[in-house]
Amino acid sequence: MSLKGKAYIMGAWEHPTRDAPDKTSAQLHAESARGALADAGLSFDDVDGYFCAGDAPGFGGMSMVDYMGLRNVRHLDSTETGGSSYILHVGHAVQAIAAGKCQVALITLAGRPRQGQGGRPGGGARPGQLSDGAPEAGFENIYGGSTHNTYGMCAMRHMHEYGTTSEQLAWIKVAASHHAQWNEHAFLKDVVTVEDVVNSRMIADPLHLLDCCVVTDGGGALIVTSPEVARSLNRPRVKVIGSGEAPKGPSGGQGLDLTTSGAVWSGPRAFAEAGVTPADIKYASIYDSFTITVLMQLEDLGFCAKGQGGRFVADGNLISGVGKLPFNTDGGGLCNNHPTNRGGITKVIEAVRQLRGEAHPKVQVANCDLALAHGTGGSLGTRHGAATVILERE
Amino acid sequence: MSEAEAKPAGRAIPAPAVTVESQPFWDAAAEGRFLIKRCTACGKAHWYPRAICPFCASDDTVWEESPGEGEIYTFSIMRRSPTGPYVIGYVTLDEGPAVLTNFVDCDPDSLRIGQRVKVRFQPTEGGPPAPVFRPA
Repeated sequence: MSLKGKAYIMGAWEHPTRDAPDKTSAQLHAESARGALADAGLSFDDVDGYFCAGDAPGFGGMSMVDYMGLRNVRHLDSTETGGSSYILHVGHAVQAIAAGKCQVALITLAGRPRQGQGGRPGGGARPGQLSDGAPEAGFENIYGGSTHNTYGMCAMRHMHEYGTTSEQLAWIKVAASHHAQWNEHAFLKDVVTVEDVVNSRMIADPLHLLDCCVVTDGGGALIVTSPEVARSLNRPRVKVIGSGEAPKGPSGGQGLDLTTSGAVWSGPRAFAEAGVTPADIKYASIYDSFTITVLMQLEDLGFCAKGQGGRFVADGNLISGVGKLPFNTDGGGLCNNHPTNRGGITKVIEAVRQLRGEAHPKVQVANCDLALAHGTGGSLGTRHGAATVILERE
Repeated sequence: MSEAEAKPAGRAIPAPAVTVESQPFWDAAAEGRFLIKRCTACGKAHWYPRAICPFCASDDTVWEESPGEGEIYTFSIMRRSPTGPYVIGYVTLDEGPAVLTNFVDCDPDSLRIGQRVKVRFQPTEGGPPAPVFRPA
């Protein structure tokens, strides 16, 4: 398929400054974005695809999307190839637009190399020196936030709003441990009980030690091919039939809601593209950095109503062969593996095993022809990127 | 940092990264004043403070002194800390925005969501003082 003529460049704006001692790089990105959007006759709210490279301060595109208050982004790309990144982004934007993943792609570049150390992203960390790093850093990084306590804040609020209990959260770990016992490579192979979880030591209220994922070295890889190549290979074919993505952050702090994740946007996009519903899914890989991560994502993806996640996961409902929604049958990040603190790739790998019928026989889902893999990266308690894929056995 | 230095009384707050965009905030903090940013185009206050409004993209944002009062939106007590438990959380300011902070001067186990809190400034390690919140 040719992409010739599938997209147009409709806005372009060069920032007039050549020496910017009085602005941050984040501000220059945002001002450049305003200029290009004004040139095109569009607004920030029209942007649904955001592209940036290594000069964007902070955590990939997540810091800049949040800084600019972009509310409608459904496609993110932070491919970094140095100075050519933005030309490459034009090509990637054409692909995304042709694929229907976005309609208005914003590409930004900005920086302040004339300002010395303080002009570098991540520079100027020493007291008394001006920084130009992530725009939120000075207001957030000083308070001792970690994955444990920022996810703990989400769990605390979820319990407050919906009456979710530690025992309900514990069932998520219990289910993962039932699966991990069959995985010879699992970091933790012992089956645990609800009591084991709630009696383990408190790490960051209300999350106990056993509410947390493992820390492991390791890795993984995936190969995605064209249909032609797939048909030439002697392996079961797993077709990607839907995908969705979304960033979510405090975005100005008005109406903060830590009980929902970006899955409320990425999930419906993936389901719509695939033409299926949560009820059709036979197996789900759900990112499990902590038990609360799983619970919130299950709700947001539509496997149960908002606030009902605690009831949904209780009593073994996530255990393969026992409950209605078998999840993380490799033992997940909670028991098996969370290589280099990034669990996204193992989520896809176990979904592929299930669809190929190659999961451990004790956890293999019968007639598994439709699976979902979903992840949350960054921090649920501040800013994160959500991604959903729906996979079908052909 | 050596083991001896790592054990001050309670958790020390590192120096905040100050930018040209946030400098007025930290200068005011050094005087004990708590500033937020408000957009004169759409009227909304936001946090963290930015030059460009995250709600309407206007650059007509102005600093405004706030009494720094609000209620706890959520929190978590970090137990895995060499200097003893500390509390991170969000406070919803009376002006609307939610602010990430530490809750201090309290028994962590007594904190409740919805509790009224007020800002005070805490010295940092070589930087301007940082806003933290204590029960009102």
